[in-house]
Amino acid sequence: MRFSRKYLGIPYYIFLGLFVIAPLVVLFYYAFTNGSGQFTLMNFAGFFTNPNTLGTLLYSFAIAAVTTVVCVLLAYPLAYILATGRLRRKSGIVMIFVMPMWINFSLRITALKEVLTFLEGNLAMYPFLNAVVGMTYDFLPFMILPIYTTISRLDRSLLEAAADLGANEREAFLKVTLPLSMPGVMSGVSMVFLPAMTNYVVLDMLYNSTYIMGSLIGSYFSAYNWNGGSMIALILLGIICLFTYLSDSDEGQNNMRGGALL
Amino acid sequence: MFNRNWNGRRIAFSFREKKSSFAAAFAAALAAASVAASFLSPSLPVSAGSGTASGSAGNADAVEETGMQNNAGAAKSNATGKKEVTLRICNWEEYIDEGGWGEDEKIDLPSGDVFGDKSMIEDFEEWYEKTYGVRVHVEYSTFGTNEDLYNMLSLGDTYDLVCPSEYMFMKLISEDQVVPLSDHFFDPSDENNYYIKGVSPYLKKIFDTHDIDGKPWSRYAAGYMWGVTGIVYNPELVSREEASTWQILTNPAFKRRITIKDSVRECYFAAIGALEHDKLTSSAFLQDPQYRTLLEEELNNTTPAMIDRVQDWLQDMKNNVYSFEVDSGKADMVTGKVAANYQWSGDAVYTMDQADEDNFTLDFAIPEEASNIYFDGWVMLRNGIRGDADKQQAAEAFINFISRPDNAIRNMYYIGYTSFISGGEDPRILEYIDWNYGADEDGKDTAEYNLTYFFTGDDQGTDPDYVLTVPEQQLNRQLGAQYPSVQNIRRTCIMRYFDKQQNADINRMWVNVRCYNIKKLPLWGWCLCAAGAAAFTAVLVLRIRKSLRAKAQ
Repeated sequence: MRFSRKYLGIPYYIFLGLFVIAPLVVLFYYAFTNGSGQFTLMNFAGFFTNPNTLGTLLYSFAIAAVTTVVCVLLAYPLAYILATGRLRRKSGIVMIFVMPMWINFSLRITALKEVLTFLEGNLAMYPFLNAVVGMTYDFLPFMILPIYTTISRLDRSLLEAAADLGANEREAFLKVTLPLSMPGVMSGVSMVFLPAMTNYVVLDMLYNSTYIMGSLIGSYFSAYNWNGGSMIALILLGIICLFTYLSDSDEGQNNMRGGALL
Repeated sequence: MFNRNWNGRRIAFSFREKKSSFAAAFAAALAAASVAASFLSPSLPVSAGSGTASGSAGNADAVEETGMQNNAGAAKSNATGKKEVTLRICNWEEYIDEGGWGEDEKIDLPSGDVFGDKSMIEDFEEWYEKTYGVRVHVEYSTFGTNEDLYNMLSLGDTYDLVCPSEYMFMKLISEDQVVPLSDHFFDPSDENNYYIKGVSPYLKKIFDTHDIDGKPWSRYAAGYMWGVTGIVYNPELVSREEASTWQILTNPAFKRRITIKDSVRECYFAAIGALEHDKLTSSAFLQDPQYRTLLEEELNNTTPAMIDRVQDWLQDMKNNVYSFEVDSGKADMVTGKVAANYQWSGDAVYTMDQADEDNFTLDFAIPEEASNIYFDGWVMLRNGIRGDADKQQAAEAFINFISRPDNAIRNMYYIGYTSFISGGEDPRILEYIDWNYGADEDGKDTAEYNLTYFFTGDDQGTDPDYVLTVPEQQLNRQLGAQYPSVQNIRRTCIMRYFDKQQNADINRMWVNVRCYNIKKLPLWGWCLCAAGAAAFTAVLVLRIRKSLRAKAQ
């Protein structure tokens, strides 16, 4: 029998089945059953009627939103300068910003803890600030890279055309570069915003005692409440899907987006 | 003399409660994978061997005769026809001597040297084959928290012997997951029964008199290590009076300079101690003939009214403490980030040792209201033993082996916690305490330290054999933590096993404390929320219209 290319896909189907489909099925099962295995919607209702879980959702949103905004504000100018400037050894500079990713996450945060302690005196006085700084430090490369890639692949002739038609540099940036680099920004946002909602290890290590979504799920599991924990995970999954749907607005119409992906 | 001893002490990190945050986060995925695996293939280990398990009970001879291999993997014949037993043990991380001591770490006691060359597990395998003529193979694994262990067991991991804390082994016993220890285990005439010969009479009494659903602990569990909770503090920043009460946790003088455990049980206990301070320290209460019983009642109060009060107190505390630490408390104490730290006595010893090495002093105080006495004990799991007599014998022999006084000393030296073993007729435990903490011959500022309770079980009397002469400062330091004074031990009580309803109530309270309560949101926060929601809805509507239009074309 001839070797069929189909067989090359088998490992991926196995991977998908074992680590994506099956966990999802189990997640759904736990989320919609109670402790004794009967179908219930109480887990769902419980989440939206408890002021504390709602508060946690809001607090996570707040941390994630501030982190994302800070990341965009830091990453965009840098990516722009790197992609359009006449700097030599661009890739070297990009590498410097990406380098922290190669160092173990908990080591990085431990180091950051010492730096922040040095700057702030007593870390525990500024829990929200610490969380945002920690998240930004952790996720900044994920924002820089897609924006940099998108801008550096922009067609230069578009800018020349804008100049020919009488646009000054500012107008050309606002009307050409910025809109065309939005797919990169959106890609960066989706890689920063959603993880920042759940990455509670950063909060734990930087002494923020308030739960975010990740720690809330963890607390349900350590109290043996797998059902409640699964429901929260599922709700989070729903939120993620919704956001992906929204940020995917130019699907199929704009090939630039392909270049924005890492 | 004493400096040499505890400065050179070798203690590995003994994280009692490493939350293993990643483990929690991945628990869902793990659960999914293993449940899915058991759906897909019913022959995986989850269910393997269940059909033949009962057949292996006590018929090892038959196994040898026929040379049949047992599915449970307990007793099988190897090439030479000799039996081999596999023992699956699960213990706390860093909670047993792993050997490899340096030559200068030898503990030279009057009754002989104690030295950890090979690991405790290897020594046990050798000892067991020599003593019983049967090869034993130990599969040793570890867990990070009691809850992790329980979740591992729920997910289908099987072990023969595990070492959870008292509330968790009570839970396991009440769920009928535990096999009782055999009668032979309690027979002091067998010279290899080191546990029953050497266990501290004081702790044995506690294990005999406490029960779960009418089943006494001692029937099911053999103690390994124990300790109390208290406050490690820097005496330059905190006075002993301030540190000797649970109220220090809400004391504004130490705002953001105290850490507490990220554990609901520990926090609950401290909260009641602080809330009931006046009552618990009143002389009428202290002199009540039923003091110990009443104390236990008070500290295990789980009425809704008390849970509400605890919640309010913990919310205040959350705004006052530095952090709810998972495993950073010891390091933060030693690096001086915090002035005080709620700690288990064994970890307190470790912290003070570390500080000694850095040439500064930390002390340990046991709060005057009450302290939580906790126990880590070995229990044999029904699911692992499966009625296999060879396996059970090996499991009990393991408990006995690590209860042999020299091995108990090795473990204590290595991990810093306090062993259940007082040694019985073997003097080495007492010698070790003296070796570790005893004052010099001509030492100044010494004090008498009465440990009669630990060696005889009598917490009222004084036996001169068990009164040590120690440097006075040790009363508030490592010695006072590792072997609490009899005055302090009288103020300890156990924390009971909470039933399902109590647990649910307390966990809800805990989540309430830790979450951001939406009711606290200020007006501008609501405005921001409204703006965000409006923007979100607008984008959503636009997006939907766009995709509808695209479809229409």
